Amino acid sequence: MDLQTLLQVLDSGVRLGTPLLLACLAGLFSERAGVFDIGLEGKMLLAAFFAGAVAFLTGSAWLGLLAGIAGSMSLALVHGLASITFRGNQLISGVAINFLASGLTVLIGQNWFHLGGRTPPLKGAARFESITLPGADALAGVPVLGPIYHDLISGHTVLVYIAFAAVPLTWWVLFRTRFGLRLRAVGENPAAVDTAGVSVVRLRFTAVLLAGVLCGIAGAYLATSAPSAGFGKEMTAGKGFIALAALIFAKWRPWTALGATMLFGLLEAVSIRFQNIGVGLFVVPVQFMQALPYILTVVILAGFVGKATPPRAGGEAYVKER
Amino acid sequence: MQRLPVWADVVLIPVMSLIAAFLFSALVILYIGENPWEALKLMVDGALGSAYGWGYTLYYATNFMFTGLAVSVAFRASLFNIGGEGQAMLGGLGVAVVALALPWPHWTLALPAAMLGAVVFGAAWAAIPAWLQARRGSHIVITTMMFNFIGAAVLNYVLVNVLRPPTSMDPATARFPAGAHLPTLHELPLIGGIFDRNTPANISLFIALAACVAVWALLFRTRLGYEIRAFGKSESAAVYAGISPFRITMYVMLISGGLSGMMAINNVMGEAERLVLNAVEGAGFIGIAVALMGRNHPFGVFLAALLFGFLYQGGAELGLWTSIPIELRIVVQALVILFTGALDNMMRMLVERAFATARRRAA
Repeated sequence: MDLQTLLQVLDSGVRLGTPLLLACLAGLFSERAGVFDIGLEGKMLLAAFFAGAVAFLTGSAWLGLLAGIAGSMSLALVHGLASITFRGNQLISGVAINFLASGLTVLIGQNWFHLGGRTPPLKGAARFESITLPGADALAGVPVLGPIYHDLISGHTVLVYIAFAAVPLTWWVLFRTRFGLRLRAVGENPAAVDTAGVSVVRLRFTAVLLAGVLCGIAGAYLATSAPSAGFGKEMTAGKGFIALAALIFAKWRPWTALGATMLFGLLEAVSIRFQNIGVGLFVVPVQFMQALPYILTVVILAGFVGKATPPRAGGEAYVKER
Repeated sequence: MQRLPVWADVVLIPVMSLIAAFLFSALVILYIGENPWEALKLMVDGALGSAYGWGYTLYYATNFMFTGLAVSVAFRASLFNIGGEGQAMLGGLGVAVVALALPWPHWTLALPAAMLGAVVFGAAWAAIPAWLQARRGSHIVITTMMFNFIGAAVLNYVLVNVLRPPTSMDPATARFPAGAHLPTLHELPLIGGIFDRNTPANISLFIALAACVAVWALLFRTRLGYEIRAFGKSESAAVYAGISPFRITMYVMLISGGLSGMMAINNVMGEAERLVLNAVEGAGFIGIAVALMGRNHPFGVFLAALLFGFLYQGGAELGLWTSIPIELRIVVQALVILFTGALDNMMRMLVERAFATARRRAA
């Protein structure tokens, strides 16, 4: 494999990994605060729809992004209401949110555009175009480093750079601020946080809504970030679940989340590009490559290779002592 | 907080949740410019108004009884088996392997063998997450969810590379032999006349009904059922009483996976008579809604499965005759899961408050 092909595969891995990264960080905030979130998929899907639809109607990708975030946050609010306020089962709430998004996007989409759930194709300012970083064209001639800078690092849309910037930001918020300390504490031992006079409900709602924002960006990326041009029915296609898998694979940490999502993005890129891969004596079927993120996650969860320990209070509603 | 009367818990709250789900669905229908009342009438007419309609309603209900029971049994042990979809897929594979293995002379021989295939494959697919939960502490919701995707990949691989007839491009198995054909309800003596020739409802319906009774007997009339329920109420108390968490987790998930797998005798053997890629069509997930709606009781599951069968057939009719897309069914399903599952406490609080007020008035 020459450098050109390698860079193409890596580049496509970054593109495919970006929505996973954003959704994974969304899950990170929520689950670190003790609220399981299997509704990442649904929030992304609804966000992708509203981003695509509003970007088309207004002609502005940025307004689309805002609409996507708003759509995702509305579902996050439902999740918060069900799992924090009414102390319902967080997993069941997540399942409901996924189906709600799956059905509503088609119903509203068909009603607005009559295209079977799709939005019309986006052109010009209605979608995020790729950015050429300064000097990328000038340096393209430099051997090895030039193409890496030009093809791999430069030439993505602004949302990709936002996603990458979100990693150190998430790390800083979680591990270097008072809010982050409290957020992690509320996921481990909410009673202690409550005793310290900090509101468990408010902290968890903040975390769940932050997850809504990040899922909103992830969804907007899917629908409005070039080369994508509009929303398509069920366009998340399980990405929310891969992001969830990546979150576990990354053991609920931001930097490892970057690694895990890029790895899973790369796996997808490889399976798209090469289909069945011959490894000497036998052929690795494309289906195996597609299932690999899930298999890896199960292996990690089983603790055969390192142990993934979720936040201790995850999944439990907090009931104040009376 | 005082205890609610049993009828309020078992009937009133689910019915209120259902009404809430329907009200929100009505708002959605209003929003897209259709009349909810007309839509409901069309659904009732389409799903129950003709032999054709309720043939389909019963066919869907049969699927949902199996998957609903599967989720319920696991819920009773406080295990959330979200992997019904994958287990039903693998159950389909089990049915296909059995049906294609021999030139079956008659369905009375083929059906028990296919049921065994479905149960073994479905249970096997649930066994791995169960073992991982019981022995390695992996969260069963996540592992069963992952196994849905892995199952889809396995099925895809097997259909494309192994079971697909060499002359076909379609990722599906060959047609099952004629001897493996299950009688449809129309073909049955005595009651056959009231069913339409063109509906897929078949003899699996009776197996599903028998499964409801069997699960009821298991849960409420056997020692294992008692242990399952005790384990579900309090794991630590169950351990103190000498109940092994490993044993219960394994048994429950094997039963649950087997029930999900059994769905395949209806959709794969009874309807399609070959295994296609997307045979399950989300029925595994509807099992969650059915179990929640049916309060994890086999009789409740039976009623909820009929309701969802109605919803599925009625929703298909809406998609055909109105501008309401067929996906309305998914919205209703989501709302039912939301209100009966996640927002159950909200309804409970409302009802408890109403009862408290009523009691104060009476006093």
